[in-house]
Amino acid sequence: MSVAEIFNTMDYGPAPEDAKRAFAWLDEHDRSFGIFIGGDWRGQSTGSRFETINPANGQVIASIAQAGAADIDAAVLAAREAQPAWAALDGHGRARILYALARLVQRHSRMLSVLETIENGKPIRETRDIDIPLVARHFYYHAGWAQLLDSEYPGQEAIGVAGQIIPWNFPLLMLSWKIAPAIAAGNTVVLKPAEFTSLSALYFAGLCQEAGVPPGVINIVTGNGAVGEMIVGHSGIDKIAFTGSTEVGRHIRKATAGTGKKLTLELGGKSPFIVFDDADLDSAIEGLVDAIWLNQGQVCCAGSRLLVQESIADKAIAKLKARMTNLRVGNPLDKAIDIGAIVAPVQLQRIDALVRQGVDEGATLWQPDCELPPDGCFFPPSLFTDVTPSAHIAQEEIFGPVLVSMTFRTPAEAVALANNTRYGLAASIWTENINLALDIAPQLKAGVIWINSTNLFDASAGFGGYQESGFGREGGGEGMWEYLKPKFESRLTPCLDYVPVPANTASAETSAGIDRTAKMYIGGKQARPDSGYSRGVAGPDGTPIAEVGEGNRKDIRNAVEAARKAAGWGKATAHNRAQILYYIAENLEARAPEFAERLTAMTGATKGKAKAEVAASIRRLFSYGAWADKFEGSVHTPPMHDLTFAVNEPLGIIGIVCPIEMPLLGFVSLVAPAIAMGNRVVAVPSEAHPLSATDLYQVFDTSDVPGGVINIVTGARDELAKVLADHDEVDGIWYAGSADGCAVLEAASIGNIKRTWMMRSKRDWLNAEQGEGREFLRHATQVKNIWVPYGE
Amino acid sequence: MATQQQPETPDIVKSRPWESGVPTRNPGTALDLDMVREIRVNRSAVERRVATLPGRRTVKKDWQASWLLKALTCIDLTTLSGDDTPGRVHRLCMKGRSPVRKDVLDVLGVSDLGIRVAAICVYHSMVEQACESLDGTGIPVTAVAAGFPAGLSPLTERIREVEASVAAGASEIDIVIQRQHVLNGNWPALFEEVHAFREACGEAHLKTIIATGDLATLRNVGRASLVCMMAGADFIKTSTGKEPVNATLPVSLVTLRAIRAYREATGIRVGFKAAGGISTAKDALNYLFLMKEELGRAWLEPELFRIGASSLLGDIERQLEHHVTGRYSASRRHPMG
Repeated sequence: MSVAEIFNTMDYGPAPEDAKRAFAWLDEHDRSFGIFIGGDWRGQSTGSRFETINPANGQVIASIAQAGAADIDAAVLAAREAQPAWAALDGHGRARILYALARLVQRHSRMLSVLETIENGKPIRETRDIDIPLVARHFYYHAGWAQLLDSEYPGQEAIGVAGQIIPWNFPLLMLSWKIAPAIAAGNTVVLKPAEFTSLSALYFAGLCQEAGVPPGVINIVTGNGAVGEMIVGHSGIDKIAFTGSTEVGRHIRKATAGTGKKLTLELGGKSPFIVFDDADLDSAIEGLVDAIWLNQGQVCCAGSRLLVQESIADKAIAKLKARMTNLRVGNPLDKAIDIGAIVAPVQLQRIDALVRQGVDEGATLWQPDCELPPDGCFFPPSLFTDVTPSAHIAQEEIFGPVLVSMTFRTPAEAVALANNTRYGLAASIWTENINLALDIAPQLKAGVIWINSTNLFDASAGFGGYQESGFGREGGGEGMWEYLKPKFESRLTPCLDYVPVPANTASAETSAGIDRTAKMYIGGKQARPDSGYSRGVAGPDGTPIAEVGEGNRKDIRNAVEAARKAAGWGKATAHNRAQILYYIAENLEARAPEFAERLTAMTGATKGKAKAEVAASIRRLFSYGAWADKFEGSVHTPPMHDLTFAVNEPLGIIGIVCPIEMPLLGFVSLVAPAIAMGNRVVAVPSEAHPLSATDLYQVFDTSDVPGGVINIVTGARDELAKVLADHDEVDGIWYAGSADGCAVLEAASIGNIKRTWMMRSKRDWLNAEQGEGREFLRHATQVKNIWVPYGE
Repeated sequence: MATQQQPETPDIVKSRPWESGVPTRNPGTALDLDMVREIRVNRSAVERRVATLPGRRTVKKDWQASWLLKALTCIDLTTLSGDDTPGRVHRLCMKGRSPVRKDVLDVLGVSDLGIRVAAICVYHSMVEQACESLDGTGIPVTAVAAGFPAGLSPLTERIREVEASVAAGASEIDIVIQRQHVLNGNWPALFEEVHAFREACGEAHLKTIIATGDLATLRNVGRASLVCMMAGADFIKTSTGKEPVNATLPVSLVTLRAIRAYREATGIRVGFKAAGGISTAKDALNYLFLMKEELGRAWLEPELFRIGASSLLGDIERQLEHHVTGRYSASRRHPMG
């Protein structure tokens, strides 16, 4: 085309990024890569390899090693051997290495950008302007945490060896999210990049050598899902961090159940993008481009569900279609392309199938008239209208450039539609009314909320989901906790299996008084057990001293239902919750001698010890009364005009399975922090000594605890715990018990990806370090990051 | 003067499909305050859009040369200095007639496209000289008027100034608005004044300078743009060049979206002029990208897009020579204006 003709058409023309140097690097390695273990390259044990392919043109780029079990053993061994010295290096020493990695990423930024683009298919604009700068920022930021670790995380130590499995959609960015906090905290890692995108991780391995990362601190093994399974199943690994699909996340939760491996899961999403009638509509539409057409929509937090207020829906859809017409789809190496290639044919087929299903279900599909390159995996930007929540495409994560839109009438309906999902990763809210925005943000069940913005990321702001979008946070101060554990943990002895004392046939010895068989405590009322049976409670010598209800699954169901109805507790003011905790303490103290006597009668504790347990329980209630309005979030200031509020929100409903020992203090130590943070609780008290808990009913009743906030079901601990772990309305489960019990519950928790806190080791509940404080409050909360960009 | 025989222009260059059936003037509408109040602007979102745009769009090689030529033909070549003289203005006009060295145009193959700047922009007292220097070229003369740059002289005098410039031969009038009407939200007053200038312009095209640097908020920029369009502005111009901050991409985006809203409501196309601070070829390209992305192909012609500039032309000339020779150019190799 001549200059004169272009002068008339004013087309953009090609603007390809030169990939020569990336290919030269690949050629230097003969287009063939080994695995990176112990600071050096080695051949894989399997002899098998696979090809990595450029999805934009189908060409083979390089041959990648398929690691085998022996390689994983070697990698874990290298990591294990390197870990003590790495953790022993002071924070400053680790900070220097992280800093060097940050600088190296910047110095090699274009190479990394090009490698990611040719392998993943995402536009060079994104790798160059978004991914790689965020990678560098992540290493800088975590160099800081390494430096400050001792002062800011006192009493904590590294977990050990972390196995990390990352997805293909943001290859190097996900690598940095995994590696930076892990090594900052003193862990060593075995990381597996996604099968489709190994190259930038392999290039990064070279940067590790250059940065002086000690051999074994970072190990990179390539391969398919089987390699991931080997990492997940490896006994030498202490922590698994996974980003990927909810389906695989469930599998990993199950596979690691009972192993004691710590786990973070960053899973799928179907994030709402809510546009109110008073939004800057043009900006909201532009926001959608970043929400659903960033990285071809292959983003776990993609704003894939447009919820637009009915009164402006027609206008919004018209503007959106006009905007979509301007999107340029094509060669991802072209610097003027908005949408590149889908990562692989299998993904393209999946997107295509879901879109067909949407059409079959009666939704209206609209795609702009855009030319797709003849070769490679491309899919046009797509919009579905006439979608209802019951449509498959409204619920299922499509993971492609496909937006579904629905309308709402009122803010309340917007919230209801937004939360009508199993997921809970992110949400966007568009309105020029700050009152409305800040009213909606807390009501959305999602870990990240963007107000008048979308897909903003920064190392200082934690990222992670609610519900079936996974648990754990990456980034921010909260992200560091995922790679630390309390130092005292290693001194504790494991909880033993609880063997119930066989029921004694003799009937309970009753004093001359009126019979006081404890019932269940559900919804603020005492309820007879559904089973109609009671179980004996034995004293220290085995003689029955009382009976309690024999709880079953229906009692749990009823208790959870009561807890669900008490949702107002989470919205009560922290001051109000504090008052009630103090009030419980006050009323418990009024009956302290009676509780002490009961402890002695049940457990045989000396009078002194029983008194001490009651006193400690009162102190603990005071502690959480104090904490209720003090475990506050923080405000981040990412490098832009923005305030990001990291808010500690309650999980919702927590099932608490109390320790056998210390029946009063154990119960209080777990239930008090949970309710202090606004959770509702279904508690299974000490199976052996349940009466301390059942005695509390009257204390709760006289302390203005709203019905349904604390529910108590007595009975066979592990049976009831399993029902709680299976229940999809329960958001978290805490269990103080043996490894076998933990295994059952963790495996059962996958239904709704519960947050599990398994206390496999026996804590000294009288010890304040082990029995109360921030650790408990962190487990009782999840961090929601609310981004509020500003400027008039 | 010997007239050069020009070769037949190829069809593709002659066709202007984006022009079909669109009125060339904006007759204006009634003042619609509901529509004005509906304008909402989220600054951080606007800033993100313009910050990412240069990363999303770029042109290389022949495309870059073509786009730079286009930018050049959208320039209102401007001198607005207290020391302007007829001699200075004549020199500028001659530069505007042939803004690029012929040998460069020849290599680019565009000698027959009639490449020239969009207009020459001067103070009233220089209009006569400019008209004389541009006689027969069809290049319009633009006069700044209405108490430029502050716009605070009596309304009758400002109107008379417009009439005088039109009478002197200016076919485009760049008026300034009174910022106080915007800052105080006195939209009827703004509407009435601009409407009066529109009447005074007669056949001449009206550009209203909203002086974005004085308007404090982006919302004000959007609302002022819309009111001026309702009052009959043919162009919205960002700045006088005398405010502390002149044209920026964020204020331009807001104005463009107001232009789009007006188009959606009335079907009428209003032009946009970015003025002040655009001095590099790269800047100019970013403005062209913004025009094309937000408003479409039609807004890449001088009928609907102008850049008010003086030094920009020199940079474009150097870039074009670089494109032709592969060597970086020097200013002295290009005739000054």
